[in-house]
Parts: sequence; C-alpha cells; structure tokens
Amino acid sequence: MSRIGVFICHCGENIGRTVDCAQVAQAMGELPGVVHSVDYKYMCSDPGQALIKQAIKEHNLDGVVVGACSPHMHEKTFRKAAAAAGLNPYLCEMANIREHCSWIHEDRAEATEKAKGLVRFIVEKIKYNRPLSNIFIPVNRRALVIGGGIAGIQAALDIADGGREVILVEKESSIGGHMSQLSETFPTLDCSQCILTPRMVEVAQHPRIKLLAYSEVESVDGYIGNFEVKIRQKARSIDVSKCNGCGECTKNCPNKKIPSEFEQGLGFRTAIYVPFPQAVPNIPVLDRDNCALFKGRAKGVKKQVCGKCATVCGRRAIDFDQQDSFITEKVGAIIVATGYQLYWIGKEQESEILHGYGEYGYGTIPDVIDGLQFERLASASGPTGGKILRPSDGKEPKKIVFLQCIGSRDRAKGMEYCSKICCMYVAKHTMLYHHKVHDGKAIVFYMDIRAGGKGYDEFVRRAIEESHALYLRGRVSSLTRNGDTIRVQGVDTLSGEPVSIDADMVVLATAMRPQPGITSLAQKLSVSYDLHGFLNEAHPKLRPVETNTAGIFVAGACQAPRDIPDSVAMASATASKVLGLFSNEQLEREPLIARVDRQTCTGCFHCERVCPYGAVERFEVKDRKGNLIKVIAEVNQGVCQGCGTCQATCPSKSIELDGFTDEQIFAAVNAL
Amino acid sequence: MRNGEAAMKVGYFPGCSLHATAREYEESLKAIAPALDLQLEEIRDWACCGATSAHSTNHLLSVALPARTLVLAARQNLDRVFAPCAACYNRLASAQHAIEHDKKVASQVESILGASFGHPIGVLSIAQLLSEMTDRIRSKAIVPLKELKVACYYGCLLVRPPEICRFDDPEAPTSLESIVTAAGAVPVKWDKALECCGGGFSLSRTASVVRLGRSILRSAKDSGAQALIVACPMCHSNLDFRQRAINRSAGDDRPMPVLFISQLVGLSMGLDPVRLGLNRHFVNPQPFLSTISAGRVEHREQA
Repeated sequence: MSRIGVFICHCGENIGRTVDCAQVAQAMGELPGVVHSVDYKYMCSDPGQALIKQAIKEHNLDGVVVGACSPHMHEKTFRKAAAAAGLNPYLCEMANIREHCSWIHEDRAEATEKAKGLVRFIVEKIKYNRPLSNIFIPVNRRALVIGGGIAGIQAALDIADGGREVILVEKESSIGGHMSQLSETFPTLDCSQCILTPRMVEVAQHPRIKLLAYSEVESVDGYIGNFEVKIRQKARSIDVSKCNGCGECTKNCPNKKIPSEFEQGLGFRTAIYVPFPQAVPNIPVLDRDNCALFKGRAKGVKKQVCGKCATVCGRRAIDFDQQDSFITEKVGAIIVATGYQLYWIGKEQESEILHGYGEYGYGTIPDVIDGLQFERLASASGPTGGKILRPSDGKEPKKIVFLQCIGSRDRAKGMEYCSKICCMYVAKHTMLYHHKVHDGKAIVFYMDIRAGGKGYDEFVRRAIEESHALYLRGRVSSLTRNGDTIRVQGVDTLSGEPVSIDADMVVLATAMRPQPGITSLAQKLSVSYDLHGFLNEAHPKLRPVETNTAGIFVAGACQAPRDIPDSVAMASATASKVLGLFSNEQLEREPLIARVDRQTCTGCFHCERVCPYGAVERFEVKDRKGNLIKVIAEVNQGVCQGCGTCQATCPSKSIELDGFTDEQIFAAVNAL
Repeated sequence: MRNGEAAMKVGYFPGCSLHATAREYEESLKAIAPALDLQLEEIRDWACCGATSAHSTNHLLSVALPARTLVLAARQNLDRVFAPCAACYNRLASAQHAIEHDKKVASQVESILGASFGHPIGVLSIAQLLSEMTDRIRSKAIVPLKELKVACYYGCLLVRPPEICRFDDPEAPTSLESIVTAAGAVPVKWDKALECCGGGFSLSRTASVVRLGRSILRSAKDSGAQALIVACPMCHSNLDFRQRAINRSAGDDRPMPVLFISQLVGLSMGLDPVRLGLNRHFVNPQPFLSTISAGRVEHREQA
C-alpha cells in the first residue's frame, strides 16, 4: 500500500478564492493510499516546502502530490524539496488546480469538485510512479560552425577565445560571406572590408580554429554533446600544403572573361582564381567548369589543352587530378550560420511558390541591377574602382531610381515577410551616390520606412535631408526600355498622382532568402524550417538562438532576414550557449524518455518511422555464441525528447515513456 | 485533342460583338476553321455575357449571365467553350471560376437560373485555342509572311487575372507570338502588349481612349511593326476605328493596320482577304496586303 502525501496550495487568493482548498485536502486524505493531506497558503514558499520535507520524514511518504499551479512553474521546486528530504524526485508530481481550474471557473462548488478530480487523477497516477535517476551524457567539447560569413566568424572567434576548439566550415573558397562584398555599412558608413578583414585573419591564425574552406557538411550523426560530422573537402585542384598564394597561376590563366561571382557578374575573373584580394585562406581554386584543360578533357581531347597555371607554379602546387576528400569530426555542438542569398526577379524560380517580375522585364533590362551589384559599383575595390557607372555603357547615371520591397512583403511573389535591411541600405545607397555623383538625383519608391535600430532613423533622415534623396511612397507598376533610359511607371500615393520617370539606372532592393541548399542541410541536422526555408528557432522570444534539436544553434540570416549588428549579436549568443554547454564534462538531463522492452519488441520499427528526432536505433540481440537472434528498437538517451509518439504507435506496447507509462495514464484516467 | 490529331470540336460563344461591330472576326474564324479541322458548335440560345455593365453593377448578375451559357453548353455535352472576344472569354472564365471556388455564389446562381450546373466547362480564349494548334497552322501556312513584322497586343483580359485564366504568363505572355510565328510572321519585341486600350470608354471618355491608344500605337510603330495583331473586338474598335483621332492627336500620319489574329492566320493560308473580312476595317489594310501580295481589297474610304 502506498504512503502518499497530498499538499494543496491556496496560492494566496489565486486558488483559494475559487476552490475550497481545505475541503479538497480533506477529501484527498480519505483516498486509499493517502496517509497525509494538508492545505497551505503558499506551498512554494520556504515554510511551505519545509512542510513537505517534514511530512516526508514524519510519515515516511513514498509519493508526494502538490495541488497548485502549472508544473511549468514549480515542478522543479517541489521535486528539489522532495529530493532534499530523501525522496526520489520523480515520486513528486503536481496537479494543476490554478491554470486548469481556479483561474478559469467562477462557481466555487463546481471548481472545488473539479480540483478534487484533478488531484485524485495525479494521486492514482503516482501510485505507479517508479523512482528514476537523471541521465548523464558525455560532452565532446568542440564546436562546429557552418558558414564563414560575419555570423560564423563571430561565433567561431567567441568560442575559440573562450578556450574551446572550433571547426569552421565554409562552402566558398574564402570566408567573409556577403559582408566582404559590401562597400560601406549603415548606420555609420564605415568601410565593410576594413572592419571585417581583421576578423577573417584572426580566424585563420587562431590556434583553436580549424578552418575548412571550400568544404561542405555531408552528413550529421549523433546528438547533443556527441555529434559526428562528415565533411566534404571539395577539390580545389591545388595542394594547399604547397601553395603560398603568390598569384602567378591567376596572372597567367588565359581565360580571363568569366563573370565574377564576387563582383556579382559586373567584373571578370580567371578560371583559376582567388575571389578577392583579401581572401582567407589566400589560396586559389580552379573552376573546372570554365577551365580549358578540363573542357578539353570532357570533350575527350587526348592532348592537354592548357596547363599554364601548372607550368608557372614554382611550388608545383597545382594538382589537376585532385579529388574531393572526406573527413569526420566529432563535436558536441553545431552552430548554423549559412546566411542568405538575394531573390532575383527572373522568370525561372527555384520553387513553385516564388514568382518573378514580368512587369519589370524579368531581369532582362540592362542597367536594372540589385542592391549587391550596387554595393560592388560603390566599392573602392569593385569593378569600377568605386565609380558609379552603368553596366551597359559605362556612363555615369544622372538619375537613379531605387525600388524597395522587391519580392519582400508581397504574397503574390511568394515572400510575405519584410527583409528588414533594405530600407537602411537603400538610404545608404542614396548617400553613397550623392557623395560620388554630386549632380545625380536619387529617387526612392517605398512602401513605408522601417528604420528601427540605434541611429537608424537618423540615418534615413540624413539621406533625405542632407543627400536630398527624393522619397516617393508608392509602387512601380512597370519598368520598360525607353531608348537608353528605363521608363519607370509608378504612383506617388501621397499626392495620388501617377509618376513616370526616365531613369538612367534602377536599383532593386530584392528580398533576402535563405541560401540554396538550406533545406537539405536542415534535414541533415533535423532542424525544422519555415515555408521559405528559414530555420526555426526553439522559441521566438525566449529561445531565439536554439533550435528544437538539442545542441544545434542558429545565428544570422539563415534564421530570418538580419543585418550585421543582429547577426553578430546572435552569433555571440550562440557562442555563449555553446560555452555554457561545454562548461561541464557531462550533460545531465531528465530521465523522462522512452524505454524499449527487449522481451516483447518484435522489431517492426514503427517507432523509428514516427520518431521526429531520429532517436530510435537498431539493436542486435545475440545469444552467448554471438548468433543473431533478433533486431529490436533501442532509444538513444541523448536524442530522445520524451514526446511519446513512439508509445502511441507501438503495436505490441513494447515502448514506453518513463514517467508517463500506459499503466500510469490508465490509472489516472480511471480515477476521473 | 491536340496538335496534329483529328478534328477538334469546341463549343462556340460568339458574343454580341461578333454579330455586330466585329463581324469580320467571326467571318475570319469561320474561314479558317475548316482548314484547321476545327468544328465550332454554337451554343444554342446563348445570351450576352454581361460585359462591363453587369460586373460593374451587380456581382450576382455578372456571374449568372455567363453561367447560363455554361449550363447550356453542358446540356449540349460540350467540355470546352471557345469565346473569341477577350471580354466574353474573361466573363465566362470568371463565372466558371466562381462556380468552382465560391459555393455560396454558386448556389445563389443556381437558384436564380433554376438550373443546376453540369460538368465543369473549360473556357478557351483564341490565344489558348490557336496555341494548341500551332502545328496545324504551320502546316497550312502556304503564303510566306517572312518579312512581315507584327506587334502582338493582348490588352487587359486575355491572360489576366492569372488565377482565373491559368494560361500563359500574365506579365510577359508569349502565346500570340507563338501563333503568329507558326503562321510565318515575325513578332516584334515591344512593351505595350498588356496596356489598356480604354475598353468600354470609347464613347463616354473618348479622350482617354485616344490617349491610351496613342501610347500603344506609338510603341508598336517604334518597334518596327507593320501591323498590330489583336484578339478582342473592343481593342480592335479602339485601335482601328479610333485610329484617325489617335493619329491626329499624335501628329502622326502613318496608319497602322490592326488585324485580328484569325485574319493573319487566314492570310498565311492564302485565303481571300475579303472572306477574312479585311475590307471592313477603318484603317486601309491594302498597303500592308500588297507587301505580302495577298490580293486586293476594295476598301471603303472611312467616313
């Protein structure tokens, strides 16, 4: 027979006003198995807890039920109190008679009856509770950061400076990300490269950072504290250990007319190239799709077509036969910081929900460029040396029209979200244009100005008042060619008049989208994502940098459109989360996870299929001679989140959630 | 039935204008249909689609009028109805869309009509119908139109709104271009293909129609087109009948013949221009016809 103690809390007036707590306590005292039942004004207070501790000892209790608020509030408090009195903490449970009863009912008699039912429910359940002990998982105290943009760089440096090893994986040949392409940054107009490149060099030189550029994550196994990550190191066609970055190969490559990705197609690069002079690592990569030698090989030409780079390389570092290689790293935490790409207005789109801008000519009108292209034009290291010149004829545009919200906030185009950074960078562009072309006119079409942030609104005001940008509130219905200008048809909704402008250049503030391939990466990591592919955080307010998969964190624009300050703040937040996780050698967690009955499990693996966390593994049962008897399910204690889906699915009732077994639930339900 | 197969039968909804101001549109359709193995079965007892008047005054009426025609088409065992006029097409397609997607309106309309809807009807514009037959058009094109540059004009209603038309690109359509290419002409690139011609304001706000027509015709001329190809009686009327006023206001004396797409297809088949109703236009098509040596049209000088 059980020896259960029941403790009914008044929560001041919160419960006591609607529920007759003394009556509930008295009724509970009459239940079989209950040996002690009292009520008290504030059970969570020190004297309240003392009451529980004392009763456990005096009455030799083997179960404690606290009828009070939600377990979310105080379950930990009461379990701790029970443990302090020598009772297994999982033999202490709460019945919620506040949120589920007193707060939502008015009639005192009825509420009291319901409270009795709720407490009785838990009393019957606890009769079948078993003592459980916490699970300890070893932690591999190294972190993996995916993405070498400003967010990834910041996270890697913070963790490494905190004394832990970091592996930084970047898919491009250099770290730096989009920030390295920017000319100046809002709201201070400081040079982007000037503040970024020292951080890039720091990464390369940090003794605790292992930089894997031109690499991608191939697969991820394991769970918090114990991930095993397979990384593909793509073939650069360069022996990294020999190359000293002298640049002779790029100088001598005969194919010099390949549109440069770094210059957003506005400049050219060679087939063997370094994306930009400050690249880290400063090692070239051979673009095999555009290399004469590889094109020749693909056509089956026997003779080697080119090979100039190899001839001029003094260190014989060029290796045309290099293959992708794979390495496996063991880490305890993963930070995803893969960043963004810009939406483009063309007809062909990546997914069915996205649509292009037919009314703007689907991106076929010359001198209609996007924001990143304008950054390259304005950048001192860009293709025009920092002069604002039209891509089509190299003339200086005297009138530029900037269009905000291109794709963003437009359900018809498939992106109903605000891209957040465009209002600010368009204001910046008008300023840069004004600084460089004094007699130029900048006209901005906007929906509304979203300049929330320190010094942000002041910055937009400066664009309007000091750089004389003309802001027109309204949309542009069409862009058409008109001789060598672009006819911009729009409306100024403040004056209510249609507007027609012949512009020399049009700059589109296109929407921010997650990187291509984000969904397949998210699937490898078991991290959920939204309709647009942005990764989901665990809680939008209270757990903004964690994901629903323990041990995996998000930073920067892969989670939602973010500017640089936000991305850096998020990155530092993930780093502090990771360092917190790494502060212990072992990870302690609640034992409320699924457990398989090895006797009855038939190995149908329905549980494996329904488990949202991938926690079910296969276990081979062998006899003493080592012969395989059967393959059954086994739950990985580190991965299981205790959701109970497997329990509901198992046809032979062989998998149960500790703390919520069928026996417990049926006993509780029968008490109602 | 698709390209190259046996005869195609579709329901035919001429609408009011094809029996009045756009008789040449119907004449040209009836002329080319046999050559294309196209059987046009007119819907018996069809009524007006309601046009702008209905949908700008009463939503239920604007659905009920074309819905009646759809009910009749279903009774005639037709799966698809072809409406040559872009406005009729749009009204019929909108009604079919409302019947399928708005249960409340559908049941109201059923009680108004005292009839229930049969199977869903596919409503076809001329762009849809002919772009399904481009192979046949190509094989029947015996008059070389090689050097002939034409501007294809869609107007507002032929491919929009996209959720109702579900055909071609609503912002950068190419279906008319594919048809004229099959007929052997060369479509030009221009940027007013989707602009409004002024529609039903021809009489009540003539100045607006002239202003809109001016920008359309100027763009077509600037692009080097020798003729404008349309697929709507209203567009035709605004750009042909009003062209003298448009040209006068623009100080431009270059006339631009405006042809229905069916007329161009007929010319490519070597059909007699008079059978195609080309003698009924206000802008004299003769100089244009001479360039393709397609016979003579006795043109009645416009009043």
